[in-house]
Amino acid sequence: MTRRLLIGLYETEDDILAAAEAARLRGMKVVDVYSPYFVHGLERAMGLPPSKLPWVCFALGVSGAAFKVWFEYWTTASDWPVNVGGKPWNSLPAFVPITFEVMVLFAGLSTVFAFFLVSRLWPGRRAVALAPRTTDDRFGLVIEETAYFDAPAVRRFFEESRAVEICERMMEEAA
Amino acid sequence: MAEPVLLAPEPLIAGGKRPGQVTSEILATTERRASPLWWAGFLVAFGALAAGIAAVAYLFSTGVGTWGLNNTVGWAFDITNFVFWIGIGHAGTLISAILYLFRQRWRTSVNRSAEAMTIFAVICAGIFPVIHLGRPWLAYWIFPYPNTRGPLWINFRSPLAWDAFAITTYFLISLTFWYLGMIPDLATLRDHTPSRFRRRLYAFFSLGWDGSFRTWLRYETVYMLLAGLATPLVVSVHTIVSWDFATSVIPGWHTTIFPPYFVAGAIFSGMAMVLTLVIVARKVMRLEDYITARHIDAMCKFLLLTSGIVGLAYATEFLTAFYSENRYEQFVFLNRALGPYAWGYWIMVVANVLIPQLLWFRRLRRNAAAVFAISILINVGMWFERFIIIVTSLHRDYLPANWTMYRPTLIEVGTLVGSFGLFFTCFLLFCRFLPVISMSEVKGAIQFGRTRPGAPAPEESPLPAEVHP
Repeated sequence: MTRRLLIGLYETEDDILAAAEAARLRGMKVVDVYSPYFVHGLERAMGLPPSKLPWVCFALGVSGAAFKVWFEYWTTASDWPVNVGGKPWNSLPAFVPITFEVMVLFAGLSTVFAFFLVSRLWPGRRAVALAPRTTDDRFGLVIEETAYFDAPAVRRFFEESRAVEICERMMEEAA
Repeated sequence: MAEPVLLAPEPLIAGGKRPGQVTSEILATTERRASPLWWAGFLVAFGALAAGIAAVAYLFSTGVGTWGLNNTVGWAFDITNFVFWIGIGHAGTLISAILYLFRQRWRTSVNRSAEAMTIFAVICAGIFPVIHLGRPWLAYWIFPYPNTRGPLWINFRSPLAWDAFAITTYFLISLTFWYLGMIPDLATLRDHTPSRFRRRLYAFFSLGWDGSFRTWLRYETVYMLLAGLATPLVVSVHTIVSWDFATSVIPGWHTTIFPPYFVAGAIFSGMAMVLTLVIVARKVMRLEDYITARHIDAMCKFLLLTSGIVGLAYATEFLTAFYSENRYEQFVFLNRALGPYAWGYWIMVVANVLIPQLLWFRRLRRNAAAVFAISILINVGMWFERFIIIVTSLHRDYLPANWTMYRPTLIEVGTLVGSFGLFFTCFLLFCRFLPVISMSEVKGAIQFGRTRPGAPAPEESPLPAEVHP
């Protein structure tokens, strides 16, 4: 199946915010927006739900901390207890600092790896350059042609909403 | 008639930039040939690094006897430099994480270089505890791994073990934070650079970033989570470093004031180092529109605050010693201020507490040359603070027969010079090959094409929102 994508390029943040919201409200199929920086409010304009990555961070942070407490207990009090200055085998308060560090390490690194995984970013991946200059100074609004909005209608919309450039891409996709 | 007073805040980025201009101006230094000035700086830094490598090689082949340590003073230059560099490494995360959570938007111009500085400073710091071990090739024994010696586990009750975990975590999280923040900019570099080889290199490291807003949304979430994790982390790291001292029963070290005192001192010295680097970088790389007098002013206020905290800590230590009626504690502090290392103590007080008071004057905060000079003095003062804390508590201990003096040898001085060489070599390479200012954040901070809440709307949007099936 071939998808016909139309891309409108905008010059300013105000224009892309207005255009993305209008396209969504009119019922067009907004595939994505490409932008050189994080535009505050665009997630509302596009109607995107918040990310679920905080749950990954929380779960891995808690498991990291739990693992570390168990590991410190097991090595210090069970596997090979060593008498250090007469301190109790199970010196829980003394385990706090390392437990905290390991929690931060687990939570931080795993969130970043989860982000790479979900966003499909990896070394050597080819960037899908749907629209030119979107890593520099242009905002690209990508709309797919549907039965309700054919290519001329979308083009008219782009012109109305002050797009500075319009381009088209055909994408082959296994159905 | 008097001039009308402008009440609107100064813009964060001067010169009314457009996004495309931001890209080309920030990338200019990475895309033109290195200037003779850069080469001069690089050669000096690299020469210092080579001297350091020679000093460490001599140390490894001969032994710790090449240092000026003795039975009484077992920690001196090595640990001073370790604490000094770790302290420098604290400003980066403060700027990138804590100021991010507090929505201090001026951080966007300085966070990239401050984070880079953090990473290089932590690398310099990490070298010292390793080389001060008698057998540095066994340094990995600090980490618990299943070994053939039992397995014999490490002592999780020891602050030195905590320290190893804290520094390692801090390094890894800072590196991740720095790299994550740089991915969008690496993609910009990839699409901008004319050289094919560099384009492929940047393409590899930018992980195929294409600016998709779905990715941006997750990216912002992750950035915020990392900032939230790094904020307690940065406080924990210097706290744990201070426990290396505070959990021992040495007068002058065994005190509960150490964690806040060390954390404030770390931010103080780190901010001073950021100012030192940034004032030079903005001049040489012509980035005055991005790092403006307003940025320098804001960082100077941080110096003023932390200098006050450090000064209060110096005074509190004396009060505690006096009030405790503990003769050993009292002796240590009198010895610091009036004993054989008093010159170092007074350098510390003058440079860390008295000179920064000049920053109360707005005219001085806005004078880059004056701020540069003050920041250098603070760096010196903070190095002496660590030296005084460590050496004066040790060199006259409980037994007067053990009293002695400590004097660094040429090898130790060479190692310190080498660590500065490593730091500046890394920093100069960073300035040459990576964007020193976060372009994607600055583009979000400029005024171009954005209606601020409360500002008059430009013109009516031509888009009536019609709802279709």
